[in-house]
Amino acid sequence: MDGPLAWRLPRLRYINRWIIWYCWLGLCAILSGCSSVEPWVKPYERERLADPLLQAQPYPLDFGYMTHVYRSREGGRGAEGSGGGGCGCN
Amino acid sequence: MVAINTRPWRDEIVLLMLNACILGVMLLVGVATYSAVLPDERVDVLHHNYNGGGMEINGPAVLVRKSMTEQVSVAAHYLVDSVSAASIDVESFASPYTEERIETSVATDLLVDKTLYSVNLSTSDENDYTARTLGLSVSQDFFGDLTTLSLGFGRGWDEVGNVVDTSFAEDVDRKHFQLHISQILTTRWRAGIGFEAISDEGYLNNPYRPVRYIDTSSAKGWSTQAEAYPATRHSNALALSSDVALSTDQALLMQARYYTDTWGINGQSIETQYRYRWNEWVLSVKARYYQQDGADFYSDLFPFANAQNFLARDKELSTYSTVVLGAGVRFNFKPVFAPWIKRGELGLLVDQYMIDYDNFRDITVAGFVAGSEPKYSLSASLIRFNLVVWY
Repeated sequence: MDGPLAWRLPRLRYINRWIIWYCWLGLCAILSGCSSVEPWVKPYERERLADPLLQAQPYPLDFGYMTHVYRSREGGRGAEGSGGGGCGCN
Repeated sequence: MVAINTRPWRDEIVLLMLNACILGVMLLVGVATYSAVLPDERVDVLHHNYNGGGMEINGPAVLVRKSMTEQVSVAAHYLVDSVSAASIDVESFASPYTEERIETSVATDLLVDKTLYSVNLSTSDENDYTARTLGLSVSQDFFGDLTTLSLGFGRGWDEVGNVVDTSFAEDVDRKHFQLHISQILTTRWRAGIGFEAISDEGYLNNPYRPVRYIDTSSAKGWSTQAEAYPATRHSNALALSSDVALSTDQALLMQARYYTDTWGINGQSIETQYRYRWNEWVLSVKARYYQQDGADFYSDLFPFANAQNFLARDKELSTYSTVVLGAGVRFNFKPVFAPWIKRGELGLLVDQYMIDYDNFRDITVAGFVAGSEPKYSLSASLIRFNLVVWY
C-alpha cells in the first residue's frame, strides 16, 4: 500500500496487540481487586432475587425446547442460553 | 444459599487463569448456567404441540437431574418431535410427509467452591439429519456474589442426508462461543448481558428446496433450480436482559437481542413477560416481536437461471417479522402421599405465532403473474403441558 498508511498499519497492529493485553490485564485487575468490595445487596436481602418468580429460565426442559422452536422459525440465533441441534422444521 | 466472598485476591487470579486455561483448550457448545450453585434435583415432563403453516409437530420430553455428591450433579433428557409436514415449501415443490426427530443429552455439573463447570453431550437424529454436540461452560461469581460471569465453548458435528438420494451425505462443522454476565443491581432488580458467536462450515443448504427464476417459456412463468448457499456462516448475537420484582408476587422480565451474520441477515427481537402469583397459582403473559432483514443472496424470484453464485429461497432467510403472544398458568402442589417430593408444579402454556413475510410469496395460489402472487403469512399455535417435580 502506498501513502502515509503504509508505515502506520504494522504499527497499528502492534499497538492493537498491546491494547488487547492491557484490556485483559485491566479486566483481571478489576475482577480480582474488586472481589473484596462490600456487596451493596447483602445475602439476606436477596430473597426476591432468589424467588423462582424472578428466574428467567426456571424450566430447563421447556427453555431448551423453546430455543429450538425459535431457532427453527427465525433466521437469527444465539444468546438465548442453550439449544439443541438438528432441525425437524421444514 | 449465598455466601460472602472472603477469598484473598491471589486466589481469585489463580482461579481466573485456571478458568481461562481450561476454556482455551476445550471446544464446546454449552448449556450456559448463570449461577455458581448446583442445579436442583428434579424431574421435568413436557408435552408440546405446534400447529400452523401446514406443520404439526408434537411429542413428549423428559428431563431428570440428580445430585451424585454435594459437588457433582448429572442430568439426562429425551425429546421426541413427531412431524407431519405440509408446509408452503412442501406444497409448492413436494408431497406431504411425516418424520420423527429424537433428541437426547447427558450433562454433568461440577461445583468447585464458587465455580461451576458443566459438560454437555447431545444428539439429534432424523431420517436425513444427525447432529452431535459437545459443550462445556464455566460459571464464576464475583463482587460479593453480585456478579456472575459465564463462559462457554462448543463444537458440533452434523451430517446432512437425503431420503431421495440415499448416497447423499454432507458434513457441517459448528463452533460456538458464549459469554454471559449477570449483575444484581438492587434487592429486586437483576440485569444481564449475553453474547454468542457461532461459526458454521460445510453443507448449509437444504438438499430439497429449490429457488425459482423467470422463465417465459414455462406455462407458470418460472422454472426452478437447486439452491446454492455459501459453505460458511459466521454470526454474532448480543442480548440485554432485565428481571425486576415489582412486588412480592409480581415480576417483569424483558430481553432485547440484536443479531447479525455474514449472510447479511440483521435481526432484532424484544420480549416481555409479566408474572403474577396468587396463592398456589402463577399466571404469566408474554409478548415477543422479532424482525429480520433477509440474506444478501435471497430472492423470491430470480431474473434468470444461475443469476448469481449463491441462491436461496428459504423463507427463514427472507425479510419478515414475527409476533408471539403467550399466556400460561402454573399450579404448585405438595403431594402428601409422597413425602420424598419437596414440591411439584403443573403448567399449561399457550403461544400464538403470527408471521408476515415481506418478500416471500405464496406460489400455491393460481392466477397470478410470476412475482405478483400474494405475500405469504401464517399463524400457528404452540401448546405445552409441563409437570415438574423437585425431590
